[in-house]
Amino acid sequence: MITVGILALQGDFDRHQQKMATLSVKSRLVRTAVQLAQCDGLIIPGGESTTLINLLKKHTMWDSVRRFGKTKPVYGTCAGCILIADSIVEMDQDSLHLIDISVQRNAYGRQVDSFIDDVKVQLNGTLDSMEGVFIRAPKIVSIGANVTPLAWHNDDIILAEQANILAGTFHPELTDDVRIHHYFLRKIQKSMY
Amino acid sequence: MQDAKAIKLKIGLAEMLKGGVIMDVTTAEQAKIAEDAGAVAVMALERIPADIRAYGGVARMSDPAIIKAIQKAVSIPVMAKCRIGHFAEAQVLEALGVDFIDESEVLTPADEAYHVNKWEFKVPFVCGCRNLGEALRRIAEGAAMIRTKGEAGSGNIVEAVRHMRAVQSGIKRLTTLGDEELVGEAKNLGAPVEVVRQVKKLGKLPVPNFSAGGVATPADASLMMQLGAETVFVGSGIFKSGDPAKRAKAIVSATTHYMDFDLVARVSEGLGEAMVGIEIEKIPAADRMAERGW
Repeated sequence: MITVGILALQGDFDRHQQKMATLSVKSRLVRTAVQLAQCDGLIIPGGESTTLINLLKKHTMWDSVRRFGKTKPVYGTCAGCILIADSIVEMDQDSLHLIDISVQRNAYGRQVDSFIDDVKVQLNGTLDSMEGVFIRAPKIVSIGANVTPLAWHNDDIILAEQANILAGTFHPELTDDVRIHHYFLRKIQKSMY
Repeated sequence: MQDAKAIKLKIGLAEMLKGGVIMDVTTAEQAKIAEDAGAVAVMALERIPADIRAYGGVARMSDPAIIKAIQKAVSIPVMAKCRIGHFAEAQVLEALGVDFIDESEVLTPADEAYHVNKWEFKVPFVCGCRNLGEALRRIAEGAAMIRTKGEAGSGNIVEAVRHMRAVQSGIKRLTTLGDEELVGEAKNLGAPVEVVRQVKKLGKLPVPNFSAGGVATPADASLMMQLGAETVFVGSGIFKSGDPAKRAKAIVSATTHYMDFDLVARVSEGLGEAMVGIEIEKIPAADRMAERGW
């Protein structure tokens, strides 16, 4: 029985928890290092990355999450993707360096530029369509040699993985689609056996 | 279908702001302090509510120059207020690219009969409420986020508590009703039956439910979160206090960790002077902002 942690310092953690409930998977909201230690994987939700960094650092969670990501699966969406990236372009902002990607914040513009569009996803060898929800979304502007792209919007990579780490710029938790969350659960299961 | 996508994007941004603190700011410098303290968004204003109250006269949308300067200073979402029913101010704010519009009772209402038809906009709206009926009317008009009105600029939490309790008990009551009672209840609430039915089914509002109006301390923030708020707006409470940066950080921590009372105690220490509060009874009825709108 796996337990998926959802970082609940700030952001749309509710929606990720609802996804886990839909998939009949045990999840817990994580606000402390003690709670994190009881999880087999961690979702870092969308929200405001500056706020999340602030709260992680203030209450000594920064190093706990980084250590967690060295050995266990982490899935970052939107702000979560920014947090786990290796670097942020055009901004002086710290990150956890868990996946070798460069990310640009608010790459599409402000809220009036937020959009929903069809995206292409390749999770198990076949290319499928999916609804992509982008809210003040970042862009993955470059990926390292050991990073595999898994989804695209036009020519932009919007989901990428490296070993235990999954990073996405869009919000499957705001749709009825469970494929990405299911894929992350498989990653957790594989990491345990 | 286009509408379904639009509202998904609007509510989506409100979801991203959950568990955070939205702070009123009047300058780029204050906006930066708010962002550094961990605010999830800032409300760009010409005057904070306590000063609007003191200044008197007609309170309007902020000078676009102030909003632009604040947008330039921070990377977090920037919100701004339009007067109730003043859709032209809302159009200006949308043109400026603000991320959220607060159709707010803090400003002097422009229309005594109608609120803005928020479905017509691409930018999401937040609206204030005192009870469930008011919340559902705003949702029916297209609001993507609801907040309690509280009494802005009072430094007094009592009205925010009254409004949050009214909304929550209204929701609880709805969940106990039979389907045959919903049309009658919709009539009592003054809200469309479709939205009433949705709330009964969900057991909560169909949009995020935040709190505003009177938050001045970390414990105030914890109180509102425990009563069911999903995020806290702090207006005058921060920049009318003795040490805004320290108080802002403390309120952010207390909002996130609202059930960790040791932590709330720790961050409440030595914050200096809080804003001076006003007893609600001492505010003449005509000056009570919460009574504006319907």
